[in-house]
Amino acid sequence: MSLRRLAKEQPESFVFTDEHQARAEKIIAKYPAGYQASAVIPLLDLAQRQDRWVTKPAIEYIAAMLDMDVIRVLEVATFYTMFNLNPVGKSHIQVCTNLPCMLRGCADVVRACEDKLGVKFGGTTADGDFTLSEVECAGACVNAPIVAVDDDYYEDLDYESMGKLIDAIKAGNPPSPGSATGRQGAAPAGDRKSLTEDPTPTYSARDWAAAKQKFEEAQEAARKAKENA
Amino acid sequence: MLQDQDRIFTNLYGHHDWRLAGARARGDWDGTKEIMAMGQPWIIDEMKASGLRGRGGAGFPTGLKWSFMPKTETDRPHYLVVNADEGEPGTCKDRDMMRFDPHKLVEGCLLASFAMNAHACYIYIRGEFYNEASNLQVAIDEAYEAGLIGKNACGSGWDFDLYLHRGAGAYICGEETALIESLEGKKGQPRLKPPFPAGVGLYGCPTTVNNVESIAVAPTILRRGASWFAGIGRLNNTGTKVFCISGHVNRPCNVEEEMGIPLKELIDKHCDGVIGGWENLQAIIPGGSSVPCLPSTICNDILMDFDSLRDVKSGLGTAAVMVMDKSVDIIAVITRLAAFYKHESCGQCTPCREGTGWMYRIMQRLVSGQASPEEIDMLEEVTYQIEGHTICALGDAAAWPIQGLIRHFRPQLEQRIQDFRDGKFPRAA
Repeated sequence: MSLRRLAKEQPESFVFTDEHQARAEKIIAKYPAGYQASAVIPLLDLAQRQDRWVTKPAIEYIAAMLDMDVIRVLEVATFYTMFNLNPVGKSHIQVCTNLPCMLRGCADVVRACEDKLGVKFGGTTADGDFTLSEVECAGACVNAPIVAVDDDYYEDLDYESMGKLIDAIKAGNPPSPGSATGRQGAAPAGDRKSLTEDPTPTYSARDWAAAKQKFEEAQEAARKAKENA
Repeated sequence: MLQDQDRIFTNLYGHHDWRLAGARARGDWDGTKEIMAMGQPWIIDEMKASGLRGRGGAGFPTGLKWSFMPKTETDRPHYLVVNADEGEPGTCKDRDMMRFDPHKLVEGCLLASFAMNAHACYIYIRGEFYNEASNLQVAIDEAYEAGLIGKNACGSGWDFDLYLHRGAGAYICGEETALIESLEGKKGQPRLKPPFPAGVGLYGCPTTVNNVESIAVAPTILRRGASWFAGIGRLNNTGTKVFCISGHVNRPCNVEEEMGIPLKELIDKHCDGVIGGWENLQAIIPGGSSVPCLPSTICNDILMDFDSLRDVKSGLGTAAVMVMDKSVDIIAVITRLAAFYKHESCGQCTPCREGTGWMYRIMQRLVSGQASPEEIDMLEEVTYQIEGHTICALGDAAAWPIQGLIRHFRPQLEQRIQDFRDGKFPRAA
């Protein structure tokens, strides 16, 4: 397990913006009455979207909002690794270094980030524009190596394309997420051997009445067999 | 090879419209009301007859799992929870199902919930999948709008609500009871079983937790019939499966294939072979990071299904095939996985919390050759002290890759130690 602590320096207070307050109330309504604690992760996420990180006042605010003990919210905030417990830069570059990415050369991607940004994992650039983090499996392994920039996945990267991506973000013109080599989703590059045909179904609808009759007969037979035994 | 007409995920690559109109054109939401009119016992019976085994890794028969839910609803409501916390290294199938074919999952949620007398279903999706969650939410909203779910879903008379819940980056929440804890707003620490979730699950109510793929294939199975699905694959390993092939192949991809397809055929046909040719293959991990690796000698004629991989002391897991060619340092690979499990242990059970750290430290010494040969046996002993001594299977999952390494690559481990002692490792750059 990883050791995570709240930042030493904390802001004075936290309050949801009106827009986030309305969204929070909608989220809480998803769960049965009395189980509003279920909303703690989505609400911490909302707080993080507001401030870019999870602050102690936000934890206390959410605890009060959900009628939870502060320690329970603190436990959740420190347990889940997506919550940034320290301030992060304007773009949060999260590089996956797990096995599939490692096999496809994530070391080059890490090097590109370090060369371009001049920081190591856990570091934030002096201008506050970028934070570089290492993450465990991002779950897009056939498109490895993967980097998540905030919510967006950039795939099939190498040293060069990672450098270009950072330059584009710096220029305020990030490319659309997806594969850097231009392939579609998780399809193989080039010609594919599956899903080449028209996806309209070729099978016809079942005869439901016949299926039902068959099922009832089978059940009847099973019941009789049980009686005889 | 499986024909396109027998593929369930016809938009796996996202070449077509993923929204409701496109999904309907591909056959989704066709006859949903008729399926529901067949009744709950029929649906569960049909799922049992299809032979579908859970696609999340353990391979437990889905129909049987559904039948464990209480037959009648009491004062405690029933819940279906869909496990979309896909985080097993190597696995990326649910992501594509949710962003490109979300209506299959939404329809599956309705049918599965109906079969288990649940009026509410939560989909727990990993927090990193923000854009995938957005697509899925759009699909859910479309389904509500069209009257397919909600009050009187599909005109069946059944009320059904579907909610999406985003997690926040914890691998352990893929374990069903940890997922339930997380959904209740707690740390994702697994619960002791029994009681099983079918008795006491979410909010103390009967709950079934299923993988995305298990739920998303259900509507097609029910529409086309159990015998169609059972006719694909091998006995006890029926149907189609989405494989994720990553690592050292020429063209990594996801592909839906027949269960029991030979590994070599899978890689050669869809991925254009191993980089450098089949002879350049060193090892594979056939089912996500948790299953033991297999050396190339075993890979030649292995079939990709639950039973045949179990017979070689590995497993199908999530069918995430990670391919490693001869350029790879297999010891470094397993060390990386050991680091992952150390990072992701929830810290609840001592053998796992402490053991994953011990295993990682010994692996670091082995990878640099600085260990002594006895430490290989010591490491193996540690893995058996963890396996089976924890509440959930993460302890086992952390132990198995190392057991696989020692089982198949012991000479390499010993050679590394010898090389270090002879001054031959690390090699001069």
